Amino acid sequence: MSNAPVDAGRRRFLTWTTAVVGGVGATFAAVPFISSWNPSAKAKAAGAPVEVDVSKIEPGQLLRVEWRGKPVWVVSRPQSVLDNLNTLGDKLRDPDSEEPQQPEYTVNVHRSIKPELFIGVGLCTHLGCSPTYLPGSFGEQVQGVEYGFFCPCHGSKFDMAGRVFQSVPAPLNLVVPPHHYVDETTILVGLDQGEA
Amino acid sequence: MKALIGWIDERIPLTKTYNKHVGQYPTPKNFNFWYIFGFIAMVVLVNQILTGIWLTMNYNPSGDGAFASIEYIMRDVEYGWLLRYMHSTGASAFFVVIYLHMYRGLIYGSYQKPRELIWLFGMLIFLVLMAEAFMGYLLPWGQMSYWGAQVIISLFGAIPVIGDDLTLWIRGDYVISGATLNRFFALHVIALPLVLVMLVFLHIVALHEVGSNNPDGIEIKENKDENGWPKDGIPFHPYFTVKDLAAIVGFLFFFCWVMFFFPDGGGYFLEKPNFEAANPLKTPDHIAPVWYFTPFYAILRAVPDKLLGVVMMGLSIAVLFVLPWLDRCKVKSIRYRSTIHKLNIAQFVICFIILGVLGVLPSTPALTLLAQITSFGYFAYFLLLWIYSKNEKTKPLPDRVTK
Repeated sequence: MSNAPVDAGRRRFLTWTTAVVGGVGATFAAVPFISSWNPSAKAKAAGAPVEVDVSKIEPGQLLRVEWRGKPVWVVSRPQSVLDNLNTLGDKLRDPDSEEPQQPEYTVNVHRSIKPELFIGVGLCTHLGCSPTYLPGSFGEQVQGVEYGFFCPCHGSKFDMAGRVFQSVPAPLNLVVPPHHYVDETTILVGLDQGEA
Repeated sequence: MKALIGWIDERIPLTKTYNKHVGQYPTPKNFNFWYIFGFIAMVVLVNQILTGIWLTMNYNPSGDGAFASIEYIMRDVEYGWLLRYMHSTGASAFFVVIYLHMYRGLIYGSYQKPRELIWLFGMLIFLVLMAEAFMGYLLPWGQMSYWGAQVIISLFGAIPVIGDDLTLWIRGDYVISGATLNRFFALHVIALPLVLVMLVFLHIVALHEVGSNNPDGIEIKENKDENGWPKDGIPFHPYFTVKDLAAIVGFLFFFCWVMFFFPDGGGYFLEKPNFEAANPLKTPDHIAPVWYFTPFYAILRAVPDKLLGVVMMGLSIAVLFVLPWLDRCKVKSIRYRSTIHKLNIAQFVICFIILGVLGVLPSTPALTLLAQITSFGYFAYFLLLWIYSKNEKTKPLPDRVTK
């Protein structure tokens, strides 16, 4: 051991370079720990599209199917409900579907491919509860509107095209999943037309 | 025996540590009822750890098996029902005790200089405890477990830009699934308890370094006898160990009463929909968090905007962290502070309780308005405190602690 005087600058340099190199190493070492929390290959593979048979759906009826573990609604809307959709504009946050909550081909007033059939992900855009379908009794929530969806968790309200009403916690319209008609009465949820 | 202790003392500071923290720790002699909850909280922590370890022996942390394994514990495992109820009642008891413990700190100014770090460690304990309770509640994999977790995890989705990816990362799936359950289990039984125990250790070390506050809010260390012992202090053991023992007996009496006669706490400790297995396609008609989260949940719900609601809820907890620096008054105890401070604390407590009640009720326009008013009162406490505490008119402090 030598008795040379301490070179403070050299010592500081060594301390800092050691800390930086160690820090870089720790950052790389953190990668597997953080990445392992991402959805596994198995979870990703489970997101396959789902076929829905809508030949037996009655007007006013709601069908629930599971896609990627989420509830997807298929709702058949009576003509009276469709007529009503146009009149709600000033009560809604996003009546013209300007926010990207749906595929291009459903940007219209009824937010669907066929006017009578609405396909949407039944999860509230607030905090992910599944809203309750209130056919004929939605008037308690919004006067003069008899059909709609009401989220029991925090009171968000949606019309029959999944459009969110004003002054509720949910910020966005319900999501319309990519889907298309395989034939007259069969819908494939999860894929756009022509996508494989 | 003496030789053995001498042998140990030469190798590890056993006697020294015992004397510093128990045998000769000077405790203010004017402690009152409010000073039992710290010790009770530690007893509850031991209960949670012990029963928790035993529950893991029969619990099956998987989406397919979790709900059934809870039923198995309840019906088939000998005394499994008791271990589970000790754990679930303990969770609620933990929050009762911690809220009272925090209220004590609030009224006697125990967060003030020089005890800021004790308060910060305490707040971190509170935070970890909330995470612990939240993750623990997912494990039975009932309807409320599932949808409660769905709501809380979705809170992170309100963060701009990274929100959606963050929630995906937390869940490890597109929805809450077995992957989420397994990681919550790992955090609930290993990671967070380790952090919790470490924080409790730091909380106590920090406390014993600066010394305990007391209902008069004066420092007993400033008045010492010729031996350097505070004149108003008495050793922790045997004086306060005996007091705490009596408190524990009283506490266990209530604890057992609830555990044996109302183990579900009337639907507030264990909510009714949670006796039904998780169903990702159907939300229960009315979702309410467990009672100890409801004040903060009511604040979240009171704001008709997703991001702002989450921000306000986060702020309602964050603001507690900076309390030592918001209160600029030199007098600690409520006994010697102004009327306006007393009124402010009173309105704060009332708002907090009303928010707690609102959090379990369904939202209606009238209740939402009430939640907005009381949320305002909650935050007003801190703002008003900061304003008036600078030049607050206080009563003269005594030299020695009073009875």
